[in-house]
Amino acid sequence: MIDALGAPESVLLVGGSSEIGTAIVHHLRRRGRLRRVSLAGRPSARLDAAADELRAAGVRNVDVLYLDVSRTDSHAEFTQRAFAAGDLDVVVMAAGVLPDQAAALADPAVAVASAQVNYVGPMSVLLHVSTRLRAQGHGVLVVLSSVAAERPRWANFVYGSAKAGLDAFATGLGDQLIGRGIRVLVVRPGFVPTRMTAGLPPAPMSSSPDDVGAAVAAALSGPTATVWVPGRLRWVMSALRHLPRPVFRRLPR
Amino acid sequence: MDELLTGWGRTAATRASVVAVPVAEPTSPGVGDEPTPFEQAVSEQIRTAGPRGLIARGLGRSYGDAAQNAGGTVLQLPAAGNGGRALGRTSGCIAQADGIGPVDSVTGEVSVAAGVSLDALLRVVVPQGWFVPVTPGTRQVSVGGALAADVHGKNHHHDGSFATSVTRVRLVDGRGDVHRLTPADRAFWAVAGGMGLCGVVTEVRLRLRPVSSAWMTVRTERTTDLDATMAALAEADRSQYSVAWIDCLGPRSTGGNSSTGSCTGGGRGVVTSAEHTAAADVDGRHRHDPLAFRPTARLAAPPGTPNVLSRPAITAFNEAYFRAAPTRPTIGQHPAASFFHPLDAVRGWNRLYGRRGFVQYQLLAPDPETVRAVLAELQRARAASFLAVLKRFGPGNAGPLSFPAAGWTLAVDLPAGLDGLPTVLDRLDDRVAADGGRVYLAKDSRLRPELLGAMYPQLDRWRELRAGLDPQRVFVSDLSRRLAL
Repeated sequence: MIDALGAPESVLLVGGSSEIGTAIVHHLRRRGRLRRVSLAGRPSARLDAAADELRAAGVRNVDVLYLDVSRTDSHAEFTQRAFAAGDLDVVVMAAGVLPDQAAALADPAVAVASAQVNYVGPMSVLLHVSTRLRAQGHGVLVVLSSVAAERPRWANFVYGSAKAGLDAFATGLGDQLIGRGIRVLVVRPGFVPTRMTAGLPPAPMSSSPDDVGAAVAAALSGPTATVWVPGRLRWVMSALRHLPRPVFRRLPR
Repeated sequence: MDELLTGWGRTAATRASVVAVPVAEPTSPGVGDEPTPFEQAVSEQIRTAGPRGLIARGLGRSYGDAAQNAGGTVLQLPAAGNGGRALGRTSGCIAQADGIGPVDSVTGEVSVAAGVSLDALLRVVVPQGWFVPVTPGTRQVSVGGALAADVHGKNHHHDGSFATSVTRVRLVDGRGDVHRLTPADRAFWAVAGGMGLCGVVTEVRLRLRPVSSAWMTVRTERTTDLDATMAALAEADRSQYSVAWIDCLGPRSTGGNSSTGSCTGGGRGVVTSAEHTAAADVDGRHRHDPLAFRPTARLAAPPGTPNVLSRPAITAFNEAYFRAAPTRPTIGQHPAASFFHPLDAVRGWNRLYGRRGFVQYQLLAPDPETVRAVLAELQRARAASFLAVLKRFGPGNAGPLSFPAAGWTLAVDLPAGLDGLPTVLDRLDDRVAADGGRVYLAKDSRLRPELLGAMYPQLDRWRELRAGLDPQRVFVSDLSRRLAL
């Protein structure tokens, strides 16, 4: 159960080696109630290292679950495994890739594969998981969206369009689950320097995975449904989204 | 019907299937071991409960998650014996009411359906010259809930907790079987304070206290610091009822010593001690009908109230409350309802904390030093509390999960959104547990499960007794899940 002050006992992280995702889990761990963590993803040294780090930090039960987010036909069976040990208080959807846009434009298969990981797969997992959460009557879904979802830019619109889809889906799911005891927290970070964004020039108002973790942990008990990191991005984006297209198009990166 | 439920603190809402047990006819008190129709219906619900179990709910006044069951069944006990008709007659004396049996004029015993509120019970029995022997700070608790939490009142040092005045209960256990339990049964003490996890109590037989008026003779004394407050409370042990309101923060002007982290600045208070007023002593104006008991709530906080209990507001309230008390000890007569149930003056007062809700932290400490340390810590955290109540407890009872035991109890209300609150309360827990104290499960919504065994050393004994009544663990609440009870 998540206690009155927002500390969970169990967490499932989809995208188990995601830097932002693991930062969120570590922030939740610091609330002192976390006993069970499942990290789901494709097997990798990073995934195992993330699990070891959580064990070393004192989480009693940490396990690694095999999941290929893009293979939607495996999700029913995955969800069954994920809930086998009991209730899940928090499910973090952090799977995602940042496709090279030039490559995606040259090869539609690259674009489609990225949308499969960034949008279609998460949608499928979220639906499977939310059915289980509804049955247990409590829980929080944390969905990592992006400022790119608010208004995708031409320099990065393949990624942005998938995040926009996921963001709209998660927001709608949150509203649909009102009154069911389930909250959906849509997280919209700005630029976060991670492996995924390595090589990109840093953007203004960037934040660290740790900042995102702290913001999510803080929002877990309150009534908030959308988390911007940093918080002032909310006001910046609400201005940017109303810029005329010719102006928005010409904005520097 | 699916419903989102919280406790009185309005935190951590979860969804459950809420089932109201239908009862066709008004119930009469149960006789012998024969299940009443109501008990048969309860039994049926227990036997058909799903894998996420069932918990009974009365008026939902426990602050935390004791009466909710995420994804499972919540059995809503009817507020009157017949479940259908509400006990809504608020004016005039009610001679009898559904779910309340006749009072035995010799022993003062009365059988009450578990869902009946102390409010309904008092409205019936006070005009007949009886009073509930133990009442918490609100009348809006069900009799079953009062037993499940083994509630205490301002007379704990004198009369013990709620279970002390209970002579018999009827309980439907985890198999759906009906038991009659008396304090001579070991199982009785697993039920008292057992947070509803041993079964569904359907009826409680209570021994009432005879009174000749609905008035209290109250002595009010202002104290300037925590030492004086504690000394005055210790002095007030001689009275049947005693309690202190304290100002956690204290006036800014006397905070000169606060840099040392001591509690010199805070802890000023108002100590009240009281006895029931004899009919002959009731003030002239009310002497013609000394047993009249018709309390009303004058104010109500509407749904959607934002958090109005900001720090400055609480500071201002505390200042006003302190100043409203007489500078010198004064004796006066007050209606029993306003003395016992100050919280009932504002309906829905829990909404004043806004939609994030609040937690009530209530601890028992054998040693007054613990109380000092806790108050100092709260002061350092700048955690203002609108209601901080300090009281002395007498010895505890045989209930392994019963909260009260000899020592001091402190209760503070804290907004759930307060910065750093989780860490502060975790630190307080460590201190309280190390000093042989505990926190109150009926108020809890955030304790670390690891500390439960230290705080309740009889926990395993309770689990054994529970296993006898509910071997399949049908009774489950969010509290029992969270704390792995």
